Amino acid sequence: MSSIGTGYDLSVTTFSPDGRVFQIEYASKAVDNSGTVIGIKCKDGIVLGVEKLIASKMMLPGSNRRIHAVHRNSGMAVAGLAADGRQIVARTKAEAINYEKTYGEAIPVKELAERVASYVHLCTLYWWLRPFGCGVILGGYDRDGPQLYMVEPSGISHRYYGAAIGKGRQAAKTEIEKLNLAGMSCREGIVEVAKIIYSVHDEAKDKAFELEMSWVCDESNRLHQKVPEDLLNQAIMIAKAALEEMDAD
Amino acid sequence: MERIEGLLGPEDNKSHTLSPYVTGTSVLGLKYKDGVLMAADMGGSYGSTLRYKNVERVKPVGKHSLVGASGEISDFQEIMRYLDELILYDNMWDDDNSLGPKEIHNYLTRVMYNRRNKFDPLWNSLVVGGVKNGKKYLGTVSMLGVHYEDDHIATGFGNHLARPILRAEHSNDMSYEDAVKLLEKCMLVLLYRDRSAINKLQISNITEEGVTISQPYSLKTFWGLSAFKDPTKGAQGSW
Amino acid sequence: MFRNQYDTDVTTWSPAGRLFQVEYAMEAVKQGSAAIGLRSKTHVVLASVNKSNSELSSHQKKIFKIDNHIGVAIAGLTADGRVLSKYLRSECINYSFTYESPLAVGRLVVQLADKAQVCTQRSWKRPYGVGLLVAGLDESGAHLYYNCPSGNYFEYQAFAIGSRSQSAKTYLERKFESFSNSSRDDLIKDALFAIKETLQGEKLTSSICTVAVVGLEEDFHILDQKTIQEFIELLEIREEAPVQEEAGQEEAGQEEAGAAMQEDAEVPPPAPMDIGDL
Repeated sequence: MSSIGTGYDLSVTTFSPDGRVFQIEYASKAVDNSGTVIGIKCKDGIVLGVEKLIASKMMLPGSNRRIHAVHRNSGMAVAGLAADGRQIVARTKAEAINYEKTYGEAIPVKELAERVASYVHLCTLYWWLRPFGCGVILGGYDRDGPQLYMVEPSGISHRYYGAAIGKGRQAAKTEIEKLNLAGMSCREGIVEVAKIIYSVHDEAKDKAFELEMSWVCDESNRLHQKVPEDLLNQAIMIAKAALEEMDAD
Repeated sequence: MERIEGLLGPEDNKSHTLSPYVTGTSVLGLKYKDGVLMAADMGGSYGSTLRYKNVERVKPVGKHSLVGASGEISDFQEIMRYLDELILYDNMWDDDNSLGPKEIHNYLTRVMYNRRNKFDPLWNSLVVGGVKNGKKYLGTVSMLGVHYEDDHIATGFGNHLARPILRAEHSNDMSYEDAVKLLEKCMLVLLYRDRSAINKLQISNITEEGVTISQPYSLKTFWGLSAFKDPTKGAQGSW
Repeated sequence: MFRNQYDTDVTTWSPAGRLFQVEYAMEAVKQGSAAIGLRSKTHVVLASVNKSNSELSSHQKKIFKIDNHIGVAIAGLTADGRVLSKYLRSECINYSFTYESPLAVGRLVVQLADKAQVCTQRSWKRPYGVGLLVAGLDESGAHLYYNCPSGNYFEYQAFAIGSRSQSAKTYLERKFESFSNSSRDDLIKDALFAIKETLQGEKLTSSICTVAVVGLEEDFHILDQKTIQEFIELLEIREEAPVQEEAGQEEAGQEEAGAAMQEDAEVPPPAPMDIGDL
């Protein structure tokens, strides 16, 4: 990389001569190496899914969660450094609760995403901080219906129909684009998300993984919840079957 | 006019709640076979004026607890904001742990006593009841932070008028029907003798299965006693 | 001029998206003497190797009681470990003051991890150079967590950290699936076996290790030397019995452990910190 050794890439508060902030780009590298995280917006809600890499077989299933509730009806999935992610999650919770305390109404997802983005952006402005090494996908339900946002280490935030970050993001995005999201219920969405996570997982290169999923939809009373175990297991079964079929072809 | 700073700095002559404005009267609570029952009427008195007639004074807190309040209604609403936030944070952990009635009661105890020590009390008597992991819990805390647990509890006037009845007739293994009857008996006595009580009440039930709060209803009253017939008789000029 | 310009500051990302200062802090954990932990459904056992710096000094305490239901074992910078133990104690006591009930282990561990994360993002701080095995019991059961300088935390059935912990890990990896239903005493025996693995032939005695237990109806406490010695003697009897398969397994274990140690000596590249130090 041309940036290395030039001295323009050692601080977040340094621009390179061609107008780039390398430290932010490097932080994004940490996200690009992490397990894949995807989120989709279906007709009745949001589904979040994470390919959670397991480093040791002695680790317990279900621990080290990467999807967190951030209010009654919104949740956040983290790609990249989980520890950095928790910091963002904590801030998001505080913003959501603070908004409701002031205005007596749950925070709109758009507003929440903007506030999260500002916070993430803040860490790119001072030499004594470093940018977060994680990207987050925020899914929520408000009076305008279900919405999905993604916030990157730079502090950029966009609204999506379907979003993917992490190692398998390219393949995952291609798969998401094939889906008919507008005509799909979350119940169907769960299966699709499971299929995608299983298909982008690189069996040969990567360690074992666990599929972690949550949803916010009419079926969950518009509350952010873990996907019920029976539905999750069913989705995993279908995903595995689909994978074997592909291998057979 | 310029304010003179007191010896203790700018906080010294700050004014606080010196008396309540809109208040609710007694709350009753008791344990029974399957859980805990609480009863309170729906009145909100502005001084001695019965100003509001539709105030819910018993609220669920999380999955395992009920909180009932007598005293300043706005302070109770503030307390409910604290508790709702507490429960929201608790739920967002989404692990297998949760705050039970004992934890809620202790938390309220700390809040009430702390505020009293700031000479800015939350003007309430609270009753906390609930069931968690098969254990029934019933406790109370006052605006001074005085707190205790018991098998039956009554705040305000109820402490004087209802508890003697409860002491005589209550048992921990009584049926739901008997427990409701006993509460209604106590509420009727309070309705007759407590000028702040109104004849519109709710009974709240909490068991291992969850919370149910009844629709508002009235008790059957009988005012035909001879002493009520001509109340000014024998006291001419006093009415 | 230098091998690496990206490794002197916590707030500098390397071009590959790594934080070298944090990874180096995780190396500090490997320098400390070993600590291990394992759990069943009802109990958690912690054990550590006591190493003194000189013949004339005693060893540093490596296992700390946090509350009646929680204890920790540390490896790495002991001073950092004590600071964090103090923090954990005060969190527990504040929680009991407010709610009159014990703080859930899984929540305490997150608070600790969040505290550790902050030190990886401020230029005037350094990451903690200590790894903590947190053992505890709460309403959701017995738990064992590993807290890392990176601000990551993991829940384990069994785990080992510190120098030469790889051999203990190999032992535990072979047996951890049975731990869930182990009795308290069996957990302690397995803990001692795992500790023995890290000693590399040095004799296991009660003075060279500390063992602590927490479990159902048993507050967290450090076992006294006499009790440990009794357990060790029990193990020795088990080992000496020639026909028992345990002895055979033991040898295999030693071999595997030896191989693992060689790997260790080659200094593998530090694992990316989002996966943790393994």
